[in-house]
Amino acid sequence: MFPTPIEKQPKAAQLTYKALLPIALLMWLGPLLAVALFSVKPDADFVNANYWGLPSSFELMHNYGQVFFNSDMPRYMLNSVLITVPTVIGAVALSTMTGFALGIYKFRANMWIFFMFVAGNFVPFQILMVPVRDLTLDLGLYNTKTGLVLFHIAFQTGFCTLFMRNFIKALPFALIEAARVEGISEIKIFWYVVLPLMKPALAALSVLMFTFIWNDYFWAVVLTQGAESQPVTAGITSFNAQFRAAYHLMSAGSIVAALPPVAMFFLMQKHFIAGLTLGAVK
Amino acid sequence: MTATTELSQAEPESWFHRNQQAIAPWLFLAPGILFFLVYVIAPVFQSFNLSLYQWDGLGEAEYIGLRNYEDLYYEWVDRDAFYVSLKNNLIWLVLYLLAIPAGLFIALLLNQTIWGIRLYKSLFFFPFVISQVVVGLVFTWFYDPTFGLLNQFLGLFGAGPINVLGNENLVTYGIILAGLWPQTAYCMILYLTGLNAVDPEQIEAGRLDGAKGARMLWYIVLPQLRPATFIAFVVTIIGALRSFDLISVMTQGGPFGSSRVLAYYMFEVALSEYGFRMGYGAAIAVVLFMIMMCFIVYFLWSMYSEEKGH
Repeated sequence: MFPTPIEKQPKAAQLTYKALLPIALLMWLGPLLAVALFSVKPDADFVNANYWGLPSSFELMHNYGQVFFNSDMPRYMLNSVLITVPTVIGAVALSTMTGFALGIYKFRANMWIFFMFVAGNFVPFQILMVPVRDLTLDLGLYNTKTGLVLFHIAFQTGFCTLFMRNFIKALPFALIEAARVEGISEIKIFWYVVLPLMKPALAALSVLMFTFIWNDYFWAVVLTQGAESQPVTAGITSFNAQFRAAYHLMSAGSIVAALPPVAMFFLMQKHFIAGLTLGAVK
Repeated sequence: MTATTELSQAEPESWFHRNQQAIAPWLFLAPGILFFLVYVIAPVFQSFNLSLYQWDGLGEAEYIGLRNYEDLYYEWVDRDAFYVSLKNNLIWLVLYLLAIPAGLFIALLLNQTIWGIRLYKSLFFFPFVISQVVVGLVFTWFYDPTFGLLNQFLGLFGAGPINVLGNENLVTYGIILAGLWPQTAYCMILYLTGLNAVDPEQIEAGRLDGAKGARMLWYIVLPQLRPATFIAFVVTIIGALRSFDLISVMTQGGPFGSSRVLAYYMFEVALSEYGFRMGYGAAIAVVLFMIMMCFIVYFLWSMYSEEKGH
């Protein structure tokens, strides 16, 4: 193990390490803790410039109540869910198939198609912006959740294909050959042989996609406007305009907006990290 | 292969069954490729084409050749916009790479087995999960001249206050620092996974040979972390060139356009309230695309060599 395990160090070094770790963490998360503190303060504290002292009263319920019952926030959150969930399902479904095709079959165009997906996934958003916006307008899907979902599915298929293809390529190929010898059709091999083995990849990719899509801001601004279809990342800016200088409410709103991916991460940590670090180890 | 052919000869089968190994991949690929072509590949070419036109997004597009590029080159339309953006993009690219050593540093710090270390790792990783919009907001307040944590801290030493986001010379660095926060967390998790898989025998062998600390890290550990470093490099470069959310949330390119990057400038030109200049925007996007393309080609080349190696 590198660096040397701390247990093998002198007692003094161990104690220093254990004492410094919480301090380092506090500094690392400092800006975020500040927002958390703001979100439970009363309005009066900001008027009186009591920014960093203890809250003069503890207003957690009131502030978050305002966010949930007195703003468009629930609407934006629901939009985010209705955009994120179909996208995750769509992109994962499409890329399971493309990943299977590129990971299992040997044909001449294989590498080129694979590289098309990988390269497309790296492209800057701006080069797609005007044509995609036009296409969405032409389809009559501008300012709808569907328009956003369709684009997200298409774009994320690039990354998802890279992910799935590498995962499938690492599966034991002998299994598939054995199934072919048995005369099992390719579609059944996909469904009954390969798919059950892909559960960890499906979980990892779904959690990752959920976070990526939930946190998208650029496409939300380009393809939607207004509370009826905008997700929470875009909504938070209008929310902040509505509560300008009401720092306690803006803080509470931001925390609410950030919460679902955070919850997803803590609940599915193993899968999340497995997904994020695929390829980081040979 | 031979086994399947024999099988198919044994019982008469349809044309599809006989050829299914050749057809199946295309059936599996069709929906994915279709989506990708329509929404990703075709728009790239459409943007290239559009950059040769003058178009307000509504009326008839007028062909003007390379005029948009000339306007960019000589800055005839927007004074001090293109080169400032280009310069900022370069600063982003270089400074963003600091996330890699910083991530490695934190990973080395946390690669221990004391009680509760798992929670520490999760909490250090935490910033990556939060949306950039919220990160931007958090850091806008962090820098706030009246109540921001930064100036509270500087105040302890009698320094400040400084208005980072209001200062033309500091603003880009301030935003990059905000971006480094989640990016470092990302690199950290890549390295933690990499460190987990480092071969303990090689470490022991190194110890026996008297290698320690920095020498051990450089000659024995880092070479084994190469895959992690490669991915960290890829995601950091892409992240640097995609910087849009933070700028949009924290400064909207200001003050006086001094924190613009190409990605933000393009958006501003194409969809601003001062009228849509789609063709001009497309030309900016093409420039950004070309910069990205250098890296994409390098990434693909590395992946290709890797595949061939197997």
